[in-house]
Parts: sequence; C-alpha cells; structure tokens
Amino acid sequence: MNPKVRFVEADGREREVQAPVGISLMETAKQHAIVGIVAQCGGACACATCHVYVDRAWVERLPPPEDMEVGMLESAWEPRDNSRLSCQITITAALDGLRVTVPEEQA
Amino acid sequence: MSGTIVIIGGGQAGAQAIDTLRRAGYAQRLVLIGAEPELPYQRPPLSKKFLSGELAEERLWFRHRAFYDEHRAELVLGKMAIRLDRATQSVVLDDQSIWRYDRLLLCLGASSRRLTCAGSDLAGVHYLRDLRDAWALRSEIRPGARVVIVGGGYIGLETAATCAKLGCSVKVLEMADRIMNRVVAPVVSSFFAAEHEKHGIDIVLDTRVAALAGSERVEAVVCADGTVHPADFVVVGVGSVPTTDLARAAGLVCDNGIVVDEFCRTSDPSIYAAGDCTNQPSPRYGRRMRLESVDNAFEQAKTAAQNMLGGALIHDRVPWFWSDQFDDKLLIVGLSQGADRVVVRGDPQARSFSVCHFSGRELLAVEAINHSKDYMAARKLIAERVNLDPERVQDPSLALKDAS
Repeated sequence: MNPKVRFVEADGREREVQAPVGISLMETAKQHAIVGIVAQCGGACACATCHVYVDRAWVERLPPPEDMEVGMLESAWEPRDNSRLSCQITITAALDGLRVTVPEEQA
Repeated sequence: MSGTIVIIGGGQAGAQAIDTLRRAGYAQRLVLIGAEPELPYQRPPLSKKFLSGELAEERLWFRHRAFYDEHRAELVLGKMAIRLDRATQSVVLDDQSIWRYDRLLLCLGASSRRLTCAGSDLAGVHYLRDLRDAWALRSEIRPGARVVIVGGGYIGLETAATCAKLGCSVKVLEMADRIMNRVVAPVVSSFFAAEHEKHGIDIVLDTRVAALAGSERVEAVVCADGTVHPADFVVVGVGSVPTTDLARAAGLVCDNGIVVDEFCRTSDPSIYAAGDCTNQPSPRYGRRMRLESVDNAFEQAKTAAQNMLGGALIHDRVPWFWSDQFDDKLLIVGLSQGADRVVVRGDPQARSFSVCHFSGRELLAVEAINHSKDYMAARKLIAERVNLDPERVQDPSLALKDAS
C-alpha cells in the first residue's frame, strides 16, 4: 500500500493522492497534475518551480534540506521557514499523511 | 478559437503546450504528433541519471498516459510528419494519414551534429539525443571499457562523468583550448577540467579529429596531429542542428532554425514554433537567437500556446541553463556576450563559487558552481537590470543583491 500525501492547491482545493515509494514528491504531483507544481528542470534542483509549504507538523519529520536546496529557496517566490522543493523530498512509508500547500506562484 | 490545434513534436515544448492550452481554457480538439514511440519525456537525464541506470524510463515522462486522456489530448506517437501543406492546412504523416489543423505548433527540436570524417559510420560511434541513443550507449558501458568522447561541451562532459562513474576509462577530445569554452568563463572551465581529471578522465585540448579507425567497429580515434586514441566505443557531442526540413519544404522562412517573431509566430500566421528548432528575436538582447535549453522550450511553448488562442505575449525572459557533472552542479543565468568585466565570488578551491559577468555596472550573467544562492539571486537581478558595484561583488560575504 503506497503512502498517501495531500496537496493543497493555491485556490484551496485539497487533493489526496497515492505516492509511490522511491519517487519524489514533485513527481507524485506531476503524475496527478497538481496545479502550481511546474518543475521545469525535472528534479535537478535548478529552477525552484516545485516549491511547496510543508504543514508545520511535518517540517521536522522530513530529512533536512541540503545546502543547494536552501540556496534555491532563498529567492523562491515568497519563501517561508516551512518552504521546501518537492523534487528534493523522496517518498517513504514514513511520509504517509504528509500535507503540503502549493504557493500562488513559482520562482 | 474553434477548430483543431495540432502540435508536432513530443519534447519539452510540445508537452508543455498541451498543459498551457488546456489551462488557458482551450476546449477544442488537440492532437500531438511525435516521431518517437514513447510518451513525451525529458531529455536532460539521458546523459546523467538515465544513462547511469539510476532513473527508470517511466521517470523521464513529463506526464503519465492518464494526463493526456484527462486533458483530451490525442497522442499520435511513433509517426513522423513528412509533409506540411499550408494551402489545405494539413499535415501528412509517414503512414499517409492526413491531419487537418486550424493552428499548428512546430516543436521539432534539433538533431545531433554528425561527424563527417572517414570512419564516421562505423559501429560503436554514438550520439546522444534521444532514448534510443541512450539505450544504445547504455549497452556499451561496462567497467574497463575505453571510451573516447569527441567534444568537451555539456553532452560530452556529462557523458564522460557518467561513464567514469560506471568504471569506464574515459578520454575527452576538445578542439578548443578549454572545455565548455562557448558557455563559461575560463575559471569555470579550469574547475571542471580539474574535477574530471580527479576522476581519472583524460582531457585532451587543442585537438582535431581526422578519422575514426576500425574494420567494422570503431577501434580508435585518429587526430589531425597523428595521435591515435584507442577506443572500445566513441561518443560524439559536437553540437546540434535545428530540425527545419518540414518547415522549409512548406516554404516557411528558416535561417538557423525556423524564423519566428517575438510572439513565437512563423512566417505563416496560423503556424507557431517553439523550442530548439526556433530562431527568435530577443527584445532584451536586441538580436535573433537560437537557444537550446529546457527553459527556452518551456517558455516559448507557453508563449506560443497562449498566442495561438488570441493572446499577444512576447517571449523575453532571461535564459538559464544547468549541467550536472559528478557531484558538481553548474547553474547559469543570463548570457555573458558583451561583458567587459568578470568577477569571481568565493574560492574555486572550496568547490562553491560564482562568476559574475558585467557590462559596466549591469550584471549580464552568472555562472554558479555548487552555489544556488547566487544563481537564484542573479535570476532576479538580471531580469530587473539592477546595477551592482563589481568591486563589492567580489566580497562573497556580502549577498549579491546587497552589492549595489
């Protein structure tokens, strides 16, 4: 049974989707055509267009971002302290129930 | 708009256009014709994580099949468009089927520039552009194999890094006096050359390939100075050529690509073009350009799609590029042509630094090596034409945006 993750699109619409273990949260979003996840570079950590806000309860439960991701987020669209690039989050069983919000704009 | 939109080409631009057209509310018939049999897929990983086997083929797809069904996009894959008849607004495919359009979007891409010297057609000589190329190359890679790579640009160097990681013995032959000479500053070339050498790759500069030698399969690359480089297989990465045959035969204006205006419109008002195949005027740079990048394909496709529905958007974004070689990430934003001063921020020895190209006080381009912070900051600074003080930019403890 794949973990389930929830995306809240910028207009408030919330969608729960199955997320295959081993792929990234960004790829999950693209598979389900989540509105606002652009992911122009396809997961290379080169564009900051797969930016999401992670629900507070989940921030500490994710492996922390590496320097490259932190640097990308600094100039992303309206970064907050719970900002992450969804291409840098790999789906694991432990992420069942993860909830993230998509910003109004990207990069 | 009523009628049918046909997209030819299943690369980055074609796939993006479907998304943009449907999001913009286009509800009529939408057809994508692609010469390759696979669902539209990403090309950048072909020289990196796909080549190394880390990424399964499905993970290259932009979208799964269900996306196209939900967006009512008819995919006609594995079929080549062989004729464009503008008088009847139709496209003929290699199975002789005829597809009528009201608006047409050409996303024909580019193909690898081929070697023409003696021995170029020997087995074991590879190019890397599409999945078929990548699978063929993958079948040759094995520990201990001697690979000679012709061309020290992105494709050549990314492939070199992947082959070395997989245990091949790798040699890169470059015509110029430094690698990536057309796209980065000398300090960046030196940094990457050192990284490659550290991983056992032999880079040979200032050399010109004269012939490929072998009876049936390639056995060596022979250079103009007589040097012979033995090879179990060869990878050629010497640039690409825009695909324009279909457009040219139909009488569309072509000149180093399909000529389009700022709106991504060709010389025929019902035909648009996007991606590597286009030659477009840039308001920002004041000249025509043909860019080969994911970013350009994506943005032109978005612009073209909206204009096909009656919009009047101008494509005028600052281009950006990236390359992954070993664990090093090169991020580039802007174009450095016309720069009169180059400032290095940080210490290349520390493996994280950036190179800023200025014209006077205007920041034109940044090459960031393992330094996403400067790259992202520069995207905004360059787009907004913010003036900086090149002297202060030299101080890496000062944020780029504060160095004014």
